[in-house]
Amino acid sequence: MTSNGRFYSCILFVLVLTVQLLPGSPGYCETAEEKGLLIATEADRRDDGFGDYTAEMTMTLKNKQGNESKRSIRTKTLEVPGDGDKSLSIFDTPKDVKGTAFLTFSHKIGDDEQWLYLPALKRVKRINSRNKSGSFMGSEFAYEDIASQEVEKYTYKYLGEDTYQGQSCFVMESYPVDKKYSGYTKRISWLDTTEYRLHKIEFYDRKKSLLKTLTVGEYQQYLGKYWRPGIMTMVNHQTGKSTVLNWTDYTFQTGLTDKDFNSTSLKRVR
Amino acid sequence: MFAENKHYPLLRFFCIAALILLTSSPENSSALETSGEISGQGSLFFHDGAWDGQERQSAALAAKLEIYHGITDNLQFTFEAFYRVDSQDSERTHGDLRTAEFLYFTNNWEVIIGLSRVFWGATEFVHLVDIINQTDQVEALDGEEKLGQPMVQVAIPNDWGVVEGFIMPLFRERTFPGEKGRFRSPVAVDSTLAVYENGDDQHHTDLALRYSTTLADADLGIYYFAGTARDPVLLLTFDNNHRPILFPYYEQIGQSGLDIQMVAGEWLFKAEALYRTGQSRSYAASTFGFEYSLVGIYNTMMNLGLIGEYVFDDRDQRWLPTIYDNDIMAGLRLSVNDMDDSTVLIGIIRDIHYGSTILGIESSRRIGDSMRINLDASFFIDIDREDPAFSLAQDDFVTIELTWYW
Repeated sequence: MTSNGRFYSCILFVLVLTVQLLPGSPGYCETAEEKGLLIATEADRRDDGFGDYTAEMTMTLKNKQGNESKRSIRTKTLEVPGDGDKSLSIFDTPKDVKGTAFLTFSHKIGDDEQWLYLPALKRVKRINSRNKSGSFMGSEFAYEDIASQEVEKYTYKYLGEDTYQGQSCFVMESYPVDKKYSGYTKRISWLDTTEYRLHKIEFYDRKKSLLKTLTVGEYQQYLGKYWRPGIMTMVNHQTGKSTVLNWTDYTFQTGLTDKDFNSTSLKRVR
Repeated sequence: MFAENKHYPLLRFFCIAALILLTSSPENSSALETSGEISGQGSLFFHDGAWDGQERQSAALAAKLEIYHGITDNLQFTFEAFYRVDSQDSERTHGDLRTAEFLYFTNNWEVIIGLSRVFWGATEFVHLVDIINQTDQVEALDGEEKLGQPMVQVAIPNDWGVVEGFIMPLFRERTFPGEKGRFRSPVAVDSTLAVYENGDDQHHTDLALRYSTTLADADLGIYYFAGTARDPVLLLTFDNNHRPILFPYYEQIGQSGLDIQMVAGEWLFKAEALYRTGQSRSYAASTFGFEYSLVGIYNTMMNLGLIGEYVFDDRDQRWLPTIYDNDIMAGLRLSVNDMDDSTVLIGIIRDIHYGSTILGIESSRRIGDSMRINLDASFFIDIDREDPAFSLAQDDFVTIELTWYW
C-alpha cells in the first residue's frame, strides 16, 4: 500500500522549473500535454525529501446493501531517490488474515515488484504485478490505485481550472503508460492550485465509461511541508460498492532503511 | 501431552523464560499481545475404510494460543501452542509447541533461538525442498502442517542476498495416524518404535546453510542440509501380540536444494529441485510449473489463477516410496475478492505411469468478523494397486471446519 499518503498528493518527478514555466504564468506558450506534465511534476516535487513515514489505516468496505466490513492495516513507506517508493503493508484485522503483509518495490519505469507474506505457512510468495487492475483485498481500490503514483506511469493533458469545494483546482487527464494491463483508459484529476494536493479522481474503464470516483480530504501538513490525507473514499458507480480509507498516526522520518524492506524483515513483521 | 517426553526440559526452559519475560516489564504491557483460535472439524468418508479399525466419520476440536511480546525494539518473543482432540484417532489427539522463539535483530543480522518454523519452496502442489520442520502428518493430508523445530538460526541480509545458518540440536519425529485413523498405510505405524541410523538418536545435531536472493524478476534460494531425514523409511516388525506393525527408521542424509519463483508478464514460474544422499541410492527430484493469472474475469472482481505443475522423483521407490514419482498436476484458484475473502482451489494430481488420479477441493470464506469456514474434499480415482497412493484409495472425504479467531 505503498505510498498511500504520498499518494496522489504527490504525483511525480522532478524537473527543474523556472518561474516562467510555472503553470498559469502569462506569456508562455505550451501545449495542454506539457502543462499537465508540469503540474504532475510540481506536485511530485513538493513531496520530495519526506524520507520515510509510517501510518495506520482503516479500510471500510461497503456493498450496495450497506453491509460493512473493516480491515486495519499498518503501512511503512521509504522514499527511494531516483525510483519509486518501497512500502510494506501489514494486516492486523480481520483476525484470520492477521500478520499478512505486502511488500512492494514500485518503479518509475517497468513493472513494480511485489511479495506477499503468509504468516500461517511462514511463506513468502512472489506476486504478479501485472495484476495491477485487480482488487486490493476485496476493496474498490485496485493495486494500481494504491501503488506509488510515479509521474512516469502516466501521460497528461491539462483541461483547465475548476472550483472544487471552494478551492481553485487544476483539472487534468492522465493516461496510463501501461495500456495493456491498466484497468483504465483515462483518469481525470483535480489538484488545488495552491498546494497541488489531490482532491478527486474520476476513473474511466477500458470501455471508456465512468467506473469509479475517488475523493480525498482532511489533509494535514507534516514537518511543515508534506501534506497527507485523512480520508479517501472510492465509489464504484457500476456496482454501487464503495471503500473508505481512514488514515491516522502519520509519523515521518522514523529512520526506516532498505533493511526494513527485504525478505528477512518481511518474515518478522508484527 | 506433547509429542515426546524427551522435550520436557526444553519446554520447561521456554515456559519459565516466557513467564519471566511476560511478567518482568509491566510498563511495557502494550507490547504484549495474545491471540488464538478454536476450531471444530467434522469429516465424512464416502467408503468404509480399507484397513481394520477405520471409521466413516470423525470429529475434532482444536485450540491454538499465540503470545507475542516485544521485549525491546530489537528483541521479540513469540509463543504458539496447539492442541487437538480427535474423536476417532488417538494419535491425532496431540499437541505441539509450534513456536517458542526469541528473535533478536539488528540492521545487519538476526538470530532466532528456540522452537521455530521455516518454509522453503515455491511450487503449489508438492513441497519437495522444505526440510527444516518435521511434518505433522496427522494434522493434514497435504503435509503443510509442521511441528516446531528447536534451532539456533542466524540470518545475515545483504544487498546481494541473505545467508542463513541453522543448528538443530533436537530432532522431531513425524506423527502418523493410528489404527483408527484414515489416510494410513495398510499396517499402522507405531511412532514410539522409531529407530535411528545415527547413535545420537534424536540428539544428532542437524545443520543447514541457505543462500537466497532476488535476481531481476526471479527469487531464488539454494541450500545444503546435513542431518536426520525428516521422512523415515517404514519397516515391518511384529508387536508383542505378534501382529505386524511398521516402525520409522530415520537415516542420516545430505541434501542440496534449489527453489525459484520468477515473474514473466502475467506468468509466474516456479521450480524446486533437490539431490539427496543417504537413503538407499542417491537421487534427484524436481517439481516445476506455472501460474497464469486472469484478472477481473467476466467483468467481475474475481481473479482466476491457472496452475500447471509436474513432479519427477528418481528415488528408490522400494525403500522410500512416494506418490509423487512422476505426476502431472493442474489447478484452478478462484479469488472472489468479496468482503468475506472467499476462495476456491481445485486441483488434480495424475500419476503418469499408473493413471491414478487425486482430485482435491479447498474452499473457504469468512463469516462475520472473526470466523472462517473451510470446506475441503478429496477423491481418489482409479488408484492403481501398484501405486503407493493405493492405501488411500478408499479415503474419499469431505471435511467442514469452522474456526473462531480471538
